[in-house]
Amino acid sequence: MNIDKIDRQIITATQAGLPLTPQPYQTIANALGLSAEMVMQRMMVMQDQGVIRRIGAVPNHYRLGYKFNGMTVWNIADEYINEMGGRIGQLDFVSHCYHRPRHLPEWPYNLFAMVHSKSEAGVKEQQGMIAELLGGYNLGQDVLYSTRILKKTGLRIGR
Amino acid sequence: MLTAMHKQLLNDYQQDFPLSPTPYQDIASSLGVTEEDVLLAFNELADEHFISRIGSIIVPNHIGVSTLVAMAVPVEQLQSIADIVSRYPEVNHNYERENRFNLWFVMIAKDDEYLQSVIETIETESGFNAMQLPLLADYFINLGFEMDFDD
Repeated sequence: MNIDKIDRQIITATQAGLPLTPQPYQTIANALGLSAEMVMQRMMVMQDQGVIRRIGAVPNHYRLGYKFNGMTVWNIADEYINEMGGRIGQLDFVSHCYHRPRHLPEWPYNLFAMVHSKSEAGVKEQQGMIAELLGGYNLGQDVLYSTRILKKTGLRIGR
Repeated sequence: MLTAMHKQLLNDYQQDFPLSPTPYQDIASSLGVTEEDVLLAFNELADEHFISRIGSIIVPNHIGVSTLVAMAVPVEQLQSIADIVSRYPEVNHNYERENRFNLWFVMIAKDDEYLQSVIETIETESGFNAMQLPLLADYFINLGFEMDFDD
C-alpha cells in the first residue's frame, strides 16, 4: 500500500511518542499543521491497511525485570516455515518471530523467535517449549544472548 | 515501585491505545479513575523507563528498506568494529551477542540500492563480511507481551 508524505510525517511524529497531554493527537496535529481529525483518520486507515501494527505503550523489558533476551534461531524445512512460524509467533513469551534467509554453510537457521525471561534458565525453558512445539520439523537450533547493547536509537530513515 | 494501575496500564495498553481526541480520559473512564491519575501513572512509567514511549509501531519495511546484519569479528576487535558500525546513521540497533557471529545490527535506508551501498562501505571500512538477513516473513500474531509481575 502507498503512503504519502503526510502519512510519513504522522508516522514519524507518532512513533517517536505521543505526548502525555490530554489531547495528544491534537498536539501532534498542531505541530504538523493538520487537524486532529485528519491525524486520527489517517492513523486508523494505516492501521486497517497494516502499515501501523499497533498503537500503545512500548515496554522496556529489561527495566521490568526481563533481563535475559534470547534470540532463538531454528532451521525449518522451507515448505513448513510458514506453518511453524505461525505457531511460534502465537506464543505469549515470543515478542518477534521472523523468517529470514539461511547463509549456508555458516548460518543454517531460517526462523528467528525473540524470547524474554527473568533468568537464563527461563530462556532455556522457553527454547525447550518451542523445540517441543516444532517436533520433527526442527532440523537445528541455537540461542544467542545479547551481552551488550552497543547502540539503540528509534527508527530513523536514511537518505 | 509499580502500582496496580501501572501494571494494568502496562499489560492492557501495549496495543489498542485509544485513537480518540482524549485517549487518557477514555482509559481513565474504563478503569474508573481520573484522567489526571492516568497521565500521572504514564508519566511515572516513562520517567522510570519502564516504558520507552507510547507510540505507533510500524510493520517493518513499510517505510524504507531494512535488514538485520551479522558479523563475525575477533573479540579483541569487537569494540572498534562496533564503533565503526554504530557511527552510521542507517544503523539503529547494534548488539553484541554470544556466538561466532557476535555483532548484530539492524539497518534501515530509503531504498535497497542505498542500503547496499552503505553495507559495502561498512564491509570495506571494517574489513569484515556482513551477512545480510532481511525479513522474508513476519509471524506477528501475539498482541503484546504478557508481563508477569508476580515475582
